[in-house]
Amino acid sequence: MPTVFAYAETRGGELRRVALEAVTAARTLADALGGDVEAMLVGAPGIAQYAEQLGAYGADVVVTVEDVAFARYNPEATAAVAAERIGSKGDRAAIFSASAQGRDLAPRVAAKLRVPLAADVTAFELQGDAIIVTHPTYTGKVIATASLTANPAVLSIRPKSITPVEHARSPRVESIAPVGDPSASRVVVQEVIEGNTAALDLGEAPVIVSGGRGLKAPENFAMVEELAAAFGNAAVGATRAVTDEGWRPHTDQIGQTGRLVSPDLYVAVGISGAIQHLAGMRTSKTIVAINKDREAPIFKIADYGIVGDAFEIVPALTAAVREVRKGG
Amino acid sequence: MKIAVCIKRAPDMEQRFKIAADGASVDATGLKFDISDFDAYAVEKALKITEAQGSGEVVVLSLGPDIVQETLRKALSLGATRAVQLKTDSVPFDSFAIAEALAAALRDGGYDLILFGKIALDSSNGAVGAMTAELLGTPYVTAVSQLDIADGTATARRELEGAAEIVAFPLPAVVSIDEGPWRPRLASLKGIMGAKRKPLEVKPAELAQPRYTVQTMQLPAERTGGRIIGEGADAVPELVRLLQTEAKVL
Ligand SMILES: Cc1cc2nc3c(=O)[nH]c(=O)nc-3n(C[C@H](O)[C@H](O)[C@H](O)COP(=O)(O)OP(=O)(O)OC[C@H]3O[C@@H](n4cnc5c(N)ncnc54)[C@H](O)[C@@H]3O)c2cc1C
Ligand SMILES: Nc1ncnc2c1ncn2[C@@H]1O[C@H](COP(=O)(O)O)[C@@H](O)[C@H]1O
Repeated sequence: MPTVFAYAETRGGELRRVALEAVTAARTLADALGGDVEAMLVGAPGIAQYAEQLGAYGADVVVTVEDVAFARYNPEATAAVAAERIGSKGDRAAIFSASAQGRDLAPRVAAKLRVPLAADVTAFELQGDAIIVTHPTYTGKVIATASLTANPAVLSIRPKSITPVEHARSPRVESIAPVGDPSASRVVVQEVIEGNTAALDLGEAPVIVSGGRGLKAPENFAMVEELAAAFGNAAVGATRAVTDEGWRPHTDQIGQTGRLVSPDLYVAVGISGAIQHLAGMRTSKTIVAINKDREAPIFKIADYGIVGDAFEIVPALTAAVREVRKGG
Repeated sequence: MKIAVCIKRAPDMEQRFKIAADGASVDATGLKFDISDFDAYAVEKALKITEAQGSGEVVVLSLGPDIVQETLRKALSLGATRAVQLKTDSVPFDSFAIAEALAAALRDGGYDLILFGKIALDSSNGAVGAMTAELLGTPYVTAVSQLDIADGTATARRELEGAAEIVAFPLPAVVSIDEGPWRPRLASLKGIMGAKRKPLEVKPAELAQPRYTVQTMQLPAERTGGRIIGEGADAVPELVRLLQTEAKVL
């Protein structure tokens, strides 16, 4: 029976939403092939606790690889154990997320298996012996469909392009050993510089409130943070103009050279809408723009635009959102 | 120190794209091409390293048809020492096929450091660097925004989601370059003149049959945006109403 592998991404010992997306994608493909889903959890001891949850989303088998050396994402050892498992089981396909971790991991695994990667896929379909994928290219300005005929077929799925769906099963859980010594990585982490870890991750937040140079000074981001807090499920992003000034950390930058995001709602405050910024957020479901310049390019792609001074509009919006959320 | 930089020719992304008559590629007519963004950052970083060391060599490689010689000459005009074209009629979409061809050309080159862009802006695969490193069996670090070399060891900052890591690794190594604090320089007239005399070697690319091929290309549906609902704080109630009833996000 053909098996579809899904890498169930975790971070800091927590299962990530993209893991459920990967398992859901693998389930869809396995059903089309008449096969099984095998999900892999890699982490510090205790990570196996998520096996049941992966079963709820369609994993028939959950393979767990537990070692203290996996407490942080460990590229070399993770790629080694994933490729070894996919290769030795003769899996038909392997699904990763195109998250930051997956963008690092998936091409390593594909190369070990000597196959190409269908990267950053937003949709896929089985057609005979090929998998036809949709892949945004040219910074999202051109959408390609491509045919992947390699075996195994390795895909990375753009976060949030698939909605996790439950397919309850009680998975068989199998614990396996790492390949080689997982602490023997040639690349040694010397220091970790945490960004705003307390906040929701930009890749996963349903709502993003982003600020641009129009906010004029770093302390004015308090206004943006208050709006984000009013939504309750929002993360704060920024433009390069802002991260270059050092008003916000580089890790908050959205755009061609920053994070690619597609939240349900993107609120752009004091952002002009440069092409490099749009490249990172144009696939958001709903876009709101607040800008004092009626001609700002951001209004061309905004579903709802308000022309005017952010210092007047944002506090009013924050109050109104609070009111709605209190009432609901 | 001997540094290789793999550079791809790509159109400037600010332009308007049209789909070619074959329905599976971008119409190149009238488009301006250059070194793909992150690859230009990689060239700049390589030049900075050899300049700081006062010695060394920066070799630029590009796989593609003869037109990529333009891209290679551009890198030579910026200061690269020599160039290699891996000649093929067209550039495949298959990241592994490209990585194999690049790895074959790099393997016995004696490079201490091999730089890639974190992603090529046209194909947007973000895969060739990692794959080449796997094929060469060297350490690899993705999306690096700071890179320092001292005594055969490299230190780099790589951006993860919501955090950054400082990592150390031995050379030879492969690194993919994210945007960093360094900005690509402009070519000087002297650089442009000098580039004409620098060596540009042409070798056939050792490309396998691609197993990942483009079937169609399309422009995305235009966002049906462009709707200004009002001015100033007075428009807030209407915005909230639309977010609740139309967009259903509140
Ligand atoms: C190679 C390259 C890569 C790049 N990558 C990125 C990237 O990844 N992400 C990114 O964001 N940028 C990127 N950029 C930079 C990009 O081109 C723009 O310079 C940047 O996005 C502009 O940021 P901004 O909108 O905050 O600032 P500005 O363009 O200066 O816009 C500020 C806006 O605020 C408005 N404003 C001012 N005051 C107020 C007020 N009181 N109320 C309301 N509105 C107000 C103004 O009307 C204006 O529209 C890149 C550039 C290059 C060349
Ligand atoms: N045809 C090519 N010639 C030279 N380098 C390339 C080529 N294609 C990709 N690369 C390198 O690989 C990186 C990643 O490309 P990609 O995986 O296609 O996004 C690019 O930024 C380049 O450094």
